[in-house]
Amino acid sequence: MTGLRYVYAVCGPFDADLRAGLMGVAGAPPELLAHRGLVAVVSTVPEEDFAEEPLRRRMEDLDWLTATARAHQSVIDALTAVTTPLPLRLATVFRDDSGVRAMTEERGDDFRRALDRLDGRVEWGVKVYLEKAGEADGEKDSSSASPASSALTGREYLRQRRRRVRTNEDRWRHAEIFASELHRTLSDHAENCRLHAPQNSALSGATGQNVLNAAYLVPRGDSEQFIELVDRTKSDADAASSGLRVELTGPWAVYSFTDEFTDEFTEKFTEEDV
Amino acid sequence: MTVVERRELALVDLLDRLLAGGVVITGDITLRIADVDLVRIDLNALISSVNEQVPSPWGELM
Repeated sequence: MTGLRYVYAVCGPFDADLRAGLMGVAGAPPELLAHRGLVAVVSTVPEEDFAEEPLRRRMEDLDWLTATARAHQSVIDALTAVTTPLPLRLATVFRDDSGVRAMTEERGDDFRRALDRLDGRVEWGVKVYLEKAGEADGEKDSSSASPASSALTGREYLRQRRRRVRTNEDRWRHAEIFASELHRTLSDHAENCRLHAPQNSALSGATGQNVLNAAYLVPRGDSEQFIELVDRTKSDADAASSGLRVELTGPWAVYSFTDEFTDEFTEKFTEEDV
Repeated sequence: MTVVERRELALVDLLDRLLAGGVVITGDITLRIADVDLVRIDLNALISSVNEQVPSPWGELM
């Protein structure tokens, strides 16, 4: 069995030690590979899992993907505690250290530019959900109780149905206004922001429909203020009574803001913006 | 909400960033999974298949 080199992140030079006993992907400890003023954070992974062909299969194995993603993130989290890492996409793998060095050299200017721009910043994720209580009832009506078994006349049925549609439209409109106002407020308190495609509820297991899925770039020192701002909208009675829920995640490494490297991909995701 | 559900919820947030965000390196020395959309679709199908009470993305959300 031979090893490949898995790269978690590229950072500027930093003094602090990583957490003792930190384990990365495939149970190997992360190492620092310094090259021309940049530090690649790497570890050795087995070729039988991480060569291109097996990796493609492994990515569809949810247990494996979960373990890999969590191990990757634990290294990124440890780095975020001591510096500003530029996180690489999951499963970026090279044959050996010289491949990693060649990559950091080739993209050195982009890494340095991104590090200058992002130093000391973290990312916060904010999502807004609209609970679908009313509509869920509606679906139950139309599937379990067929019109024939129902006591309703056809006209009453149609009237009820129209009312339900109108209520849903109102709820949606209100949710959209709430989400765009929240986004505007949070953007004013962030250096940069990104709107991501709403998450699929079946995938997230979250109740309600995701109407806002945004990321905000915030200086670490301003994070507390940003959290308080989000907390205030969470406790907004108006939002709660309209079936709206706000969720905050983070602090993340700057996953959504490494523009120097993601141009080919951002287009795809901004097309589906809220 | 059970512990398991909470873990899954965090997993989607995690994968959202790890598979769709971050620095994308191209080059022939890199053995990376480039086709993010493909992975997302496979993942979608996978979770639907293991979680049979979720017949469609928008059904039975409560």
